[in-house]
Amino acid sequence: MSELLTINGLTKRFGGLTAVNAVSFSIHRGEVVGLLGPNGSGKTTVMNMISGHLAPTGGTIALGKETISGLAANRIALKGVARTFQLVRGLPSLTVAENVIAALAFGRQKLWGQAARTEALSRLDEVGLAHRADQSAQDLTYIDQKRMELARALAAQPELLLLDEWLAGLNPTELKTGIELIRSIQKRGVTILLVEHVMDAIRALCGRCVVMNAGRKIADGPTAEALADREVINAYLGDAHA
Amino acid sequence: MSRILSSALFIVIVAALACVPFVADSYGVTLGIGMLGYVTLATAWALFSGPTRYVSLATVAFFGIGAYTVAVFSETIPYPLLLVTAGAIGLAVALVVGLSTLRLAGVYFVIFTFGLAELVRQLVTWYEVNVTGTLGRYIFLPVTPEGIYWQLLGLAAITFLISWWIGRSRIGLALKVIGDDEIVAAHCGIDIARVKLALFAISSVIITLVGAIQAPRWTYVEPTIAFNPTISFLTLIMALLGGAHRLTGPLLGAVPLFLLFEWLSANFPNHYSIILGLIFIAIVFILPRGVLAFAEENWRRWRKTEIKNLPAVAE
Repeated sequence: MSELLTINGLTKRFGGLTAVNAVSFSIHRGEVVGLLGPNGSGKTTVMNMISGHLAPTGGTIALGKETISGLAANRIALKGVARTFQLVRGLPSLTVAENVIAALAFGRQKLWGQAARTEALSRLDEVGLAHRADQSAQDLTYIDQKRMELARALAAQPELLLLDEWLAGLNPTELKTGIELIRSIQKRGVTILLVEHVMDAIRALCGRCVVMNAGRKIADGPTAEALADREVINAYLGDAHA
Repeated sequence: MSRILSSALFIVIVAALACVPFVADSYGVTLGIGMLGYVTLATAWALFSGPTRYVSLATVAFFGIGAYTVAVFSETIPYPLLLVTAGAIGLAVALVVGLSTLRLAGVYFVIFTFGLAELVRQLVTWYEVNVTGTLGRYIFLPVTPEGIYWQLLGLAAITFLISWWIGRSRIGLALKVIGDDEIVAAHCGIDIARVKLALFAISSVIITLVGAIQAPRWTYVEPTIAFNPTISFLTLIMALLGGAHRLTGPLLGAVPLFLLFEWLSANFPNHYSIILGLIFIAIVFILPRGVLAFAEENWRRWRKTEIKNLPAVAE
């Protein structure tokens, strides 16, 4: 298996605070990897640096053989990285379909007009939102906004999909559907890195986990092993429970 | 079908307006020039500021640049080329300003554009006083009021077509996405800086041309006239009143407000500024998203209540 994403010595400092400290890991093509860690451990910052929302202070990120660290978000998007956001970011003044068309029109496919609309509808159908295509995005419920965001990310035809707590806040039935959905995306060959706190989902989806604490990587391995790691348990529960 | 109808309507309206100078007296033409000027300014302003929500107060900077270019070169460059020169200067300034303001957002952009207008005015004043030695300039051009009217009508029509085309094109969607959320826009693959720069340039060139075309009307210009900040504010409030997000919004704001201001300045010359201020406040308070949006919302609400009432009847 070849590596799709290679992160090497990735560091981000905000003034005196080191949010991400020399983190290195890689993801194989087609893999689903969980990025875990307590709140404030720097997971989202790592995601933000991969997608280009934040520029790294140090270290490199490579997609395939190409270095993408330091590129602007729009350039990275065109290279095949798409994401959802921890706090859902819909485009409220557009319709649901237009939200997806935004990714189609400027992404890698450059679709427009009827072709874009057809494609948007099929992406929305995939996440179960086709019936709301012509509604205003601001009228959607929280869950449906998440679905719309995923449809938008998928419309970009990513090689690497970054999901930032996409499954958070779903009820048990929705969670089941959500897990199935992510699985079906993986089956199409999309590589996925997900930040998640829902353990059931992590066990169901991720073959491997990278665990962070206080900006450092503390574990990296098959999910069961990573979760049983002494340092990981310490990080989550404190020394007394180890 | 509706597309053919609206294009036919557009052509009929432009043709009808083109005939106005044949029937109207000189006051009518003057009124028409002012109105077309503001319709074009407001539409051009909304082109960039409407979807991106970057409120620009630099309107008069470009308007004044247009007028001043004409004043400075009126004796050295033949007329049609004069407009091209003005447009080119406007474009150059827009690109420089655009490149330097792309990282500014929200209130910083507003302040920057306001400062820019003042800066340009002061620079021109300084130059005229220290280098040329005279503050005012005379413009003697063989352009009739009717000629100005027709040129402005042409520019207004072109501005409308550009605005219509952008609204339906990819770049229009890009602008809306940027207006909603720049982070999402970037993650969709949109080159935000380039889109904003292109739109700002188009909008600024049109505004510059309005100033250039209208300049011969004044005969005499000086920086305080050509760079009067009220022009920026009027343009802004007209676009806001109509609704800056819609094609016909700025038009619907510009026409009634222009007539109102015209009437006010004729009848209350001493209290004009006070009334102007009150109107600004009233519009921002009562119709923050424009008349069109207001009408649409109320129409929807009215229809909703109607639908809600139906089951009650069935019971």
